[in-house]
Amino acid sequence: MTEAATEELLDKKMNAVPLKMVGKDVSVYYGDKRALYDVNLNVRENTVTALIGPSGCGKSTFLRTLNRMNDTIDGCRVTGTITLDGDDIYDSSIDVVELRARVGMVFQKPNPFPKSIYENVAYGPRIHGLAKSKADLDQVVEQSLQKAGLWNEVKDRLHEGGTGLSGGQQQRLCIARAVAVSPEVILMDEPCSALDPIATARVEELIHELRTNFTIVIVTHSMQQAARVSQRTAMFHLGNLVEENDTDKMFTNPDDQRTQDYIMGRFG
Amino acid sequence: MTDIAQQASGQIIAKAPARRDIGIRRRYAAERRFRLYGVAAITFGLVFLFLLLWSVLSKGYTAFQQTELTLPITFSQEIIDPNNKRETDPQVLQTANYPVLVRNALAEKLGVASSNRAALRQVSGLFSDSARVELRDMVMSDPSIIGKTLPVTVLASANIDSAFKGQFDMTVDEASRKVSDQQVAWMDQLAKEGVLAKGFNTGLFVNGNSSRPEAAGLGVALIGSLYLMGIVLVLSLPIGVAASIYLEEFAPKNRLTDLIEVNINNLAAVPSIVYGLLGLAVFINFAGLPRSAPLVGGLVLTLMTLPTIIIATRAALRAVPPSIRAAALGLGASKMQTTFHHVLPLAMPGILTGTIIGLAHALGETAPLLLIGMVAFVANVPATPLDPSTALPVQIYMWANEAERAFVERTSGAIIVLLAFLVIMNLGAILLRRRFERRW
Repeated sequence: MTEAATEELLDKKMNAVPLKMVGKDVSVYYGDKRALYDVNLNVRENTVTALIGPSGCGKSTFLRTLNRMNDTIDGCRVTGTITLDGDDIYDSSIDVVELRARVGMVFQKPNPFPKSIYENVAYGPRIHGLAKSKADLDQVVEQSLQKAGLWNEVKDRLHEGGTGLSGGQQQRLCIARAVAVSPEVILMDEPCSALDPIATARVEELIHELRTNFTIVIVTHSMQQAARVSQRTAMFHLGNLVEENDTDKMFTNPDDQRTQDYIMGRFG
Repeated sequence: MTDIAQQASGQIIAKAPARRDIGIRRRYAAERRFRLYGVAAITFGLVFLFLLLWSVLSKGYTAFQQTELTLPITFSQEIIDPNNKRETDPQVLQTANYPVLVRNALAEKLGVASSNRAALRQVSGLFSDSARVELRDMVMSDPSIIGKTLPVTVLASANIDSAFKGQFDMTVDEASRKVSDQQVAWMDQLAKEGVLAKGFNTGLFVNGNSSRPEAAGLGVALIGSLYLMGIVLVLSLPIGVAASIYLEEFAPKNRLTDLIEVNINNLAAVPSIVYGLLGLAVFINFAGLPRSAPLVGGLVLTLMTLPTIIIATRAALRAVPPSIRAAALGLGASKMQTTFHHVLPLAMPGILTGTIIGLAHALGETAPLLLIGMVAFVANVPATPLDPSTALPVQIYMWANEAERAFVERTSGAIIVLLAFLVIMNLGAILLRRRFERRW
């Protein structure tokens, strides 16, 4: 079977894919300002879900509720429920540190720690006690860098600064760092917006490969990118979820007129 | 005027083309003027810095040399212990008339008859009375030297020291001079014979305070300042950094923390003498700690330095990019792990710089120490921070009040020592910042 055919089959089976995360009536307030209105959105396992929409529509806000990064913002309040494998992640019994180890994050701008490449990747496993020995840790670092497609480029300079890499390499380093703690879900907040087209292509390829092991939610401003990397797409507008659908359907025959207009470039 | 302008005036068009050159000359002139102001301001500052350094260095460098007399002194029993009672009465060696030993040795050297009392008095004016303590200590530690003749180095008197360094105007009438012509002649003779010479003034760094300028030193003040700095560092760095980290990283942003922030900024501007009064009231009157003690001084200076350190530390923490915090939190690091593994190391150069600047500020502080009694005359080196002591700036203040010519150079010398410490601390701050600076 060719790769394209496999993908088609996967897409057809989409509705049978189990749900990894379920957002139900999610609303987010920044102080008195409401940023999200009762969003119901499901994230399917081993699927790339793209969140699109014009700037300020709440897609990044929604993404950040998935691993409670909004907790760090003063005056931010989340209502509704979000579950990860059926457990409410806003429940008081859930440890936010553990949650973030299960739901990793890659940010808009590459933000490696000002440490060596090795230390960047090893930090997560180290604080979570994932490696028992130095050899274990070395292995985790190598595997993570390989998964992020960076190993061959940096294997000879693991102990040089991570900030000395190019932008695209830095972003892949950040992906390796997120992968190193073996999360179940990886959230990506416009991971390619600071990268050139070649580095972008490299990262997109990588997202494609990561899909086999991880569930990925990606926020993007690029329609083409959403179409290329995702299987499911959700369209946000003014804090509302406009439409959530298979990516193919979304880009060819969306149910909602606003989606059609946005994808055609009529607003946004 | 440019071509465009002439064209514009010659043609009839609804709107003249934009004149981009209008005011360009004036804009450039303004910029040149501003640069000139800047250069003038810096020059002004540099001139005064140079004047300050010149004034201090030219007056003070001589303080690092001291005129000394090296001559064989006979520890004669007739003078030290005429009645040979030292075995039974320890007071004898304590109270013996040691300066006479030096006087006799000098008189012999200069050929002054022992019957010429007036001349002998002048001979006594050549050397410092500190010889009494010096010789007494020698004899007390080893009484067997009585009866022997040993080469001993004693300090020249302050007046001879000043005269030998050429600080007296010799054209002034002898009666209104501190040294007589006879003494000057002897001085020259002794210098020629190699008895009188200038040596490095170790006493300046070792001795305690003294009313005799030639014997006065910064020893007590240096130890006192060292205790102060140690106490300030040990207390203000952890307290200041802990307070800043809590306020910056953990505390909720609300009215209370706003109020605290405003108050910290205000405290940084409170005159230091107010901290002295506070220390007097709280540490000495209420807590009953001893007066003049470096412990109290250190506590007061800690209070004074804390706002500086807190402000610098908070600025350094705030300068760490939020993306680093987000990266660590996103990996599942706790708030504390994020702060201590990533934020604090990155803020470290700023924190250290702030701390050293705060310490340097505390090192030069005088006013609060005056109020808690560290302005005392202290001759003995303090063994613990609870013993009476002075500090470098206070010692400068005290010497500046003295009248003798020799204290002028000591005051300037002490200022040089203080400035040297400040320069070293600031250099340290710069080096630390360079060393730990990391780019992201």
